[in-house]
Amino acid sequence: MPLAKRIIPCLDIKDGRTVKGINFKNIRDAGDAVELAAYYANEGADELVFLDITATNEKRKTLTALVQHVAAAINIPFTVGGGISSIDDVNALLKAGADKVSINTAAVKNPSLINQLANEFGSQCIVVAIDAKFENDNWFVYLNGGRKATDINAVEWIKQSIDLGAGEILLTSINHDGTRQGFANNLIKHVELFSSIPVIASGGAGNMQHFANVFNAGADAALAASLFHFKEMSISSLKKFLKEKNIDVRT
Amino acid sequence: MKLVVIKYNAGNVTSVNFALQRLGIDAVVTDDVTEILQADKIIFPGVGAANSAMLYLKEKKLDMLIKNIQQPFLGVCLGMQLLCDFSEEGNTQCIGVFNQPVKKFTGNEKVPQTGWNNIYDLQSPLFKHVDEEAYMYFVHSYYAELCEYTVAKTNYTVEYSSALQKDNFYAVQFHPEKSGSAGEKIIKNFIEL
Repeated sequence: MPLAKRIIPCLDIKDGRTVKGINFKNIRDAGDAVELAAYYANEGADELVFLDITATNEKRKTLTALVQHVAAAINIPFTVGGGISSIDDVNALLKAGADKVSINTAAVKNPSLINQLANEFGSQCIVVAIDAKFENDNWFVYLNGGRKATDINAVEWIKQSIDLGAGEILLTSINHDGTRQGFANNLIKHVELFSSIPVIASGGAGNMQHFANVFNAGADAALAASLFHFKEMSISSLKKFLKEKNIDVRT
Repeated sequence: MKLVVIKYNAGNVTSVNFALQRLGIDAVVTDDVTEILQADKIIFPGVGAANSAMLYLKEKKLDMLIKNIQQPFLGVCLGMQLLCDFSEEGNTQCIGVFNQPVKKFTGNEKVPQTGWNNIYDLQSPLFKHVDEEAYMYFVHSYYAELCEYTVAKTNYTVEYSSALQKDNFYAVQFHPEKSGSAGEKIIKNFIEL
């Protein structure tokens, strides 16, 4: 039996607090990452992703402390990403209670980092995050949160990441991100043809049918941020919808 | 009640400890033989590779201690696999509470199995008030086959043991500490045994 499809809210973290959040009922402080995480966990989120968008060395201690608070509060797995570039970074975050870490720019600059981290901590906790943009009939890798172009073919980079020992791919389409017009289903479908590891689709979620479409394209998990943060969709109603569409979700 | 979480080189001690704290239990995390023997209950977590974990346990003489323990004992994930007698992971001789080999997943599904899957045919006090086909969070590449000790089943390319039980030994392949409120119930049930 295949695994349940996962719904993953993504929380952007700045200086130890969430950004983009608005006020939820039952949450005193929408910027409090721990409270928001607990809210999503109770609502039926299958996993959470925290992306530290400041991600400087000075801020790393704040992030580690936050990870510890989150781990103490929630009973579902979570991934932490943003500026992670060394074994020491990963060790600190996993010790603090993160289940997985996601690496992005540092892995592109030094692909053997994937291999080192997988050997040290096991593939299951190493997520390679890739920001891809479709231009001139090809998907290209972008760095630094989608601001810096490269000439690296995204599909080739995914294959290489898998070979190097990545445990999961978090694949964001820059073209789709923020449009609310649906996920990059064609890209996901293409990647699922060869991927031996789970793929999390990210970017473009606008309604419930978009989730159904990307799961039917083969995605193992789907990630969204503002849609959940702005209370436009509750995870419980999304799961009910998917279940009615015969998509296996945890309820 | 004194609950000990065994500390070793493959321990997912942080998460298990936090889960216990959410249930109001302050566990002692230790690899000290005397402390372990004095415990009322023992949890043996694990994330990592079987061979390096067994080397460590043998060096600390924890392998024989565990095999002969009399108190309720719960192995989690790798902790469950180490309670079997042999693992294909690094061809490792394990502790041998459950006379069962641990095999690697073969077939078309993605390995490791990472995510939420069902448990069913539940037959242990561990699963009191836990629904048949409840979803649990799994992360593993190796599994124990169905056998006389099976008290929960899961299907992933093959139907296998997602929980084992024999006398005072309980073991689960999934991570109850990461499996939402259903997982929390299982930990609570173990504490209340």
